[in-house]
Amino acid sequence: MKKKLEIKNLTVSYNDKAVIHDLNLDIFQNEILAIIGPANSGKSSLLRCLNRMIDFNSQSKVKGDILLDSESVFKDEDSTFLRRRIGMVSPLPVGLPMSIKENVTYAPRMAGCTDKAELDSIMEDCLKKAALWDEVKDRLDGLATKLSGGQQQRLTIARALSHHPEVLCLDEFSIAIDPVTTMKIEAVLQELKKDMTIVMVTNVINQAKRLGDRTAMMLHGKILDLNENSKFFGGQVTDVRTKDYIEGLFG
Amino acid sequence: MFHPSIHLLNKEIKEKRFKGILSTITFFLFLPALIIMFWLFVKGFPALSWEFLTEDPIQGMTAGGIFPTIIGTFWLVIISVIVSCPLGVLAAIYLSEYAADNRTTRIIRLAILNLAGVPSIVHALFGLGAFVLFLNMGTSILAASFTLAVMNLPVIITSTLESLKAVPHSYREASWNVGASKLQTIRHIVLPNSIPGILTGLVFAVGRSAGETAAILFTGVAFYLPFLPQSVFDQCMSLSMHLFTISTQVVGVPEAYPFATALVLILLILSVNSISVVLRTYFRTKRKW
Repeated sequence: MKKKLEIKNLTVSYNDKAVIHDLNLDIFQNEILAIIGPANSGKSSLLRCLNRMIDFNSQSKVKGDILLDSESVFKDEDSTFLRRRIGMVSPLPVGLPMSIKENVTYAPRMAGCTDKAELDSIMEDCLKKAALWDEVKDRLDGLATKLSGGQQQRLTIARALSHHPEVLCLDEFSIAIDPVTTMKIEAVLQELKKDMTIVMVTNVINQAKRLGDRTAMMLHGKILDLNENSKFFGGQVTDVRTKDYIEGLFG
Repeated sequence: MFHPSIHLLNKEIKEKRFKGILSTITFFLFLPALIIMFWLFVKGFPALSWEFLTEDPIQGMTAGGIFPTIIGTFWLVIISVIVSCPLGVLAAIYLSEYAADNRTTRIIRLAILNLAGVPSIVHALFGLGAFVLFLNMGTSILAASFTLAVMNLPVIITSTLESLKAVPHSYREASWNVGASKLQTIRHIVLPNSIPGILTGLVFAVGRSAGETAAILFTGVAFYLPFLPQSVFDQCMSLSMHLFTISTQVVGVPEAYPFATALVLILLILSVNSISVVLRTYFRTKRKW
């Protein structure tokens, strides 16, 4: 299997307090990697390193390297091109203060696409993939900020898909979405992994079980366990804390 | 059945009393403004006429109109706005969107806040030293406008910073996340959502410079000029300075003249401020969050 992302000796600290310690992780092309673990274990920080959103936090310090297709993501000073290759869905839904249509076509427009027909087809495609099309197709010019929390979350997913990323990072994408819609999106993700690599942070252990090809357990900035799903959830874990966490005994 | 206890009734009385105190204080704050406006109208309105607005002062400023002072104020305000608005807004954008949050920028922010509180006469001395003498502009419209601009910069920067800060950070992150550059994010996300606040601050600065006297005292305003300024290197008269002159320095001015001049100045500033109110309501109806 081809390695899409290679994380090498990654150490991240905020104000000299380390949140990720010397982490090594390979992510393969076209897999869904689920990352589970309690709050404050560095899952989100790890994702923020992948697309270098961490650069915007002036208190953060990053050591080590991340390779995307064998090239360091820290190579270029300008990170906008990297962010087009790595899509990110943040846990809090954000509808940008513009129309639904403008929201979904924002990324392609910022990348310089002006063709109306192309923008429309991107919009329809992405909204359908995010299971939002049926609910908003009659009010595409309505304000995105007026959508409900769950709808805004799906809009965020549609926006992340709109620039055709090679890697899609999802940070607890389903916290505001009802179970039925979540299932729809999960089915789409299964479909999407043919074209892209998906890294998914989730608090729902069953979601990791359902969706992941492999699952990693993170705690205190380290990966405790990482294995293929059948083995991971089949009891083949090395650390007793992982076992407890999966079974809900952790605490 | 539930009966309100004594305790609850006391609360209600307290609430009413507190509301009463607040509204009384508000009324007494509003009262002076009302009295001043009323007094100016009563005393100044009879002298207000088309001739008063469009003629030059004659007979040692004891007769005629105030036309040159209106023109002078106009020039000073326009040039100072042209200088200070772009500079102030761009500086605020840099501080808010680009500059790192470290010791240096914190000192710069603090300095700007302090500068906003410096008395205008100190700005006037700075203007005299920097523009009139050092840059050799002489006492001129240009030097006075620059002094006004320097005086307004901290106000504009502070108000613009506040407006930019009011745009939620999550909007910026969402925009960066999909590969928009910082400049694109500012252009498409930050500015459209902060423009009402920025404009309000700018208009407020315009009103402030129209009424300013001390800052232009040594830098470009003349006591009396028999002609209109021909270029920005000429001196000019100004409404505020003229008001000071005819009410304290000249003997034999009709009693209504200073009042009428003050009335014109106040109406000018009021109309500028009401533009800001109109702009704010216009943009608020277009606001998207």
